[in-house]
Amino acid sequence: MSRRALVGLLVLLALAALLPFLLSNYRVFQLTLVLVYAIALLGLNMLTGYNGQVSLGHGAFYAIGAYCAAILMDRWGVPYWATLPVAGAVCLVAGFLFGLPALRLEGLYLALATFALGVSLPQLLKYNHLEEWTGGVQGIVILKPEAPFGLPVNADQWLYFFTLAVTIVMFIVGRNLLRGRIGRAMVAIRDNPVAAQAMGVNTALYKSLTFGVSAMYTGVAGALGAIAVQFVAPDSFNIFLSLTLLIGIVVGGLASISGAVFGAFFIQFVPNIADAISKAAPWAIFGVFLIVFVYLMPGGIAGAVQMAGAKLMRKSSQSETGGAKQPVTPKEVVP
Amino acid sequence: MEALMHQVLAGLATGGIYASLALALVMIYQATHLVNFAQGEMAMFCTYIAWSFLNAGFGYLPAFLLTVAFGFVLGVVIERVVIRPVERAPVLSVVVVFIGLLVILNSLAGWIYTYTIKPFPSPFPEALANPLMSPHELGSILVTLVVLTLLFLFFRFTPLGLAMRAAAQNPESSRLVGIRVGWMLALGWGLASAIGAVAGMMIAPVVYLDPNMMGGILLYAFAAALLGGIDSPGGAVFGGFLVGVLENVLGAFVIGNELKLAVALVLIIGVLVVRPSGLFGRVHVSRV
Amino acid sequence: MKRRLIPIVAVLAAALAAPAALAQKKYDTGASDTEIKIGNTNPYSGPASAYGTIGKTITAYFKMLNESGGINGRKLNFITYDDGYSPPKTVEMARKLVEQDEVLFLFQTLGTPSNSAIHKYMNAKKVPQLFVATGATKWDDPKRFPWTMGWQPNYQTEGKIYAAHILRTKPNAKIGVLFQNDDYGKDVLKGLKDGLGAKGQKLIVKEVSYEVSDPTVDSQIIQLQGSGADVFVNITTPKFAAQAVRKVYDIGWKPVHYLNNVGASVGSVLKPAGLEKSVGVITTQYLKDYTDKQWANDPAMKKFEAFMKKYYPDGNLNDASNVYGYTAARTLEQVLRQAGDNLTRANIMKQAASIKGLALDTLLPGIKINTSATDFAPIESVQLARFNGTQYELFGEVLSADQ
Repeated sequence: MSRRALVGLLVLLALAALLPFLLSNYRVFQLTLVLVYAIALLGLNMLTGYNGQVSLGHGAFYAIGAYCAAILMDRWGVPYWATLPVAGAVCLVAGFLFGLPALRLEGLYLALATFALGVSLPQLLKYNHLEEWTGGVQGIVILKPEAPFGLPVNADQWLYFFTLAVTIVMFIVGRNLLRGRIGRAMVAIRDNPVAAQAMGVNTALYKSLTFGVSAMYTGVAGALGAIAVQFVAPDSFNIFLSLTLLIGIVVGGLASISGAVFGAFFIQFVPNIADAISKAAPWAIFGVFLIVFVYLMPGGIAGAVQMAGAKLMRKSSQSETGGAKQPVTPKEVVP
Repeated sequence: MEALMHQVLAGLATGGIYASLALALVMIYQATHLVNFAQGEMAMFCTYIAWSFLNAGFGYLPAFLLTVAFGFVLGVVIERVVIRPVERAPVLSVVVVFIGLLVILNSLAGWIYTYTIKPFPSPFPEALANPLMSPHELGSILVTLVVLTLLFLFFRFTPLGLAMRAAAQNPESSRLVGIRVGWMLALGWGLASAIGAVAGMMIAPVVYLDPNMMGGILLYAFAAALLGGIDSPGGAVFGGFLVGVLENVLGAFVIGNELKLAVALVLIIGVLVVRPSGLFGRVHVSRV
Repeated sequence: MKRRLIPIVAVLAAALAAPAALAQKKYDTGASDTEIKIGNTNPYSGPASAYGTIGKTITAYFKMLNESGGINGRKLNFITYDDGYSPPKTVEMARKLVEQDEVLFLFQTLGTPSNSAIHKYMNAKKVPQLFVATGATKWDDPKRFPWTMGWQPNYQTEGKIYAAHILRTKPNAKIGVLFQNDDYGKDVLKGLKDGLGAKGQKLIVKEVSYEVSDPTVDSQIIQLQGSGADVFVNITTPKFAAQAVRKVYDIGWKPVHYLNNVGASVGSVLKPAGLEKSVGVITTQYLKDYTDKQWANDPAMKKFEAFMKKYYPDGNLNDASNVYGYTAARTLEQVLRQAGDNLTRANIMKQAASIKGLALDTLLPGIKINTSATDFAPIESVQLARFNGTQYELFGEVLSADQ
């Protein structure tokens, strides 16, 4: 990453660290949810944006992660931070196992399979014989962790910092994954699976692994989300959650790491804005927002930001060279 | 044995519901190679329009025909105004546009017509009532089969149908032959929307008209269309009946109602893993 | 000497006057001389959007109150948000109401999972979660959750009443049950089973469930008929209740049909199903049904009708949820009037827990609202009714939860 971009990122992070002290607890709670969604969206983007496997059921992995955290904390008194690796591991395995038979399915058919997963998971969570574990329709209530070592921050702020730290770690790991050999293999599989295989990429292994890693990210996000909301119930994880995640990556920007953050802001705040605009038909307003966003920014917000950035760079380089047009070097979509 | 037959018949009745919406989904797919997630809500909205006509005093047949016409126009307008601008965008962006349409139509219907359920009349005479299958359920299965036959004849034996198929399969070559591809797409949407309107008017008397009536049905219709083969209208109808019967029989005799949705879907996916193009779909071989 | 006396006298005078002034008005966040801020979440979208009309009715009622001066000279500022029946959204909106909009209390938040999600939070923050719009049994727990109170007769009570009636009238019944597979359905079922007792539970020959996403319940009805049941306990919401009532008739099954209160409205359920197909269904009621002919000339329902036509003309008069919201709003009105100028959260709860024999005219005659420090269930009485083809005939006495 260029020096300028790195400095910019550090400034953003510093700002993010300051925010809890400037905003009310309610806003801090909302921002914590934004971070949670960002991790989930990065996971989904890996699978759908970079690897081309459409998933309409990622809400299921979010739910699995959330329930892992809730059950561990409620039934076995596991401390909240320890639930994250467990949720991640369970979802990694679940995603990989789901990815295996899904290898045979392409495009629409895979979409249906994932849609089916997203739709049937709430039913499973309500199932009688699993009620002892899942709390059935009543759900499970969890307690919010307090700041450790008597630090002078309240529970909301502490959870925000904890989530921020996890987000930074997951994003760094994700970025290294996606920009390295594995990421290139994933993109190759998306763009031309036959050519990729001909070049020696083990398509089957990579596709299943991507499913697993993507599920792991979303599962960790789910666990964090459960801790933030302090409640899990089957009703929290219906198919609309999966569709919301899909909306998040498309609006944020497919195949883009920053897109996950943009998308998270969109899915967290735009429904509230729509509600404020029209009490009578708020989702109609949200639908209009969706369509307008897709028109104006076919590459998502990240794509639009990049285009704007490229335009600015072109303008500044034009003025430097006194008006002579310089060809813009093609950049990867991933900032 | 009698119980089984009873469930199978009930399954065929619900299956008819799935089949009619699956037909609309396949229609859109054949014309545009896209699965329209908003199909259910478009059908629901058209049914509300029919309800408005009936409420205003129109007879059933005039209201039916007017609604089918409205559905056609709605489809064309949506294609021209909403879908056309995002033609070149990646597939997922179009999916998001569909989701946007879905929520808009659902929200508008709820706002205009409220969420209280409304009864919707059936054109089939109550006189034929019997304990096994209501006259409406029988009638709507017949209607679905008639629509299917008409579609088949249209695509196979009319020049317009041929042009539409060509435009969907190979737009560039079709343009070279002089087919107005843009209008073929609009026509496809119009037809699919009209079929959806018919489906809605057949479904509403059974499940009662409310803005959320199509939610569960869309899922089953989607599964049915894929099971039968997304490019085969006959397959979609067969898939619809199969899904209906499967769901009922599983729920009653095998796994209980609590898990029947999950199990039905698992079975469908199992079939797809074995036959990835669906039962009657055309297997696509891509050459490298 | 005199110079020092005046300030001392002034301070003494102020000190004497102050307690008298303070005793008159007491406010917590959200209350002032001119307004009372009331928070609410309702599912205006999503799978339970049919119940969003309750929030709209309450909004309309408070608008009417405000037009005639409000309560004790204060306007009611009713802030309601959509939670789409999704618990995480309810948590977010509740936090917004409490922490950002700074309401005095929450009123009629709807849905069992939604209220479960904010249950601990509201009690930790000591903000009243008043008259929640759900019939779950757990809201009547003043010892552990002193800031939460229910309102309607709870679902388990309803189940118990059906059980008692079955044991009394048909002790050798074969019972078939259809229930919605969620907290509400399972709660009524639990009440039914508890009411039947260990021996009575053997009378249940078949229990089948359905999901809100199922298109029809026809298959389930056929299963129940096939089990040989001659008593049918029907725990469904309006759309599925109508389907069930119709299907039972169509397949020629003639059980003793108990239809739960949520799905028993004449206008939204029995009429779509077919009035002639609904003859004989038994339900419990506590509110007057606007679509029931017996109340056609009742002054209370006429008043309700006038209110709806003027303040909520888009609202559907046939929808039982609207009478529900209207009655709940009037219950709150009573509590706020009782509170007078002492608008602290603690006093709101205290007044809510001190309602004695309130007989609102949209409740069935004989049903009164009672609360106390140990009784956080305002409405506990219901009456059985049987549909005769045109209206519900009430029978038996008013039954209470402890019977």
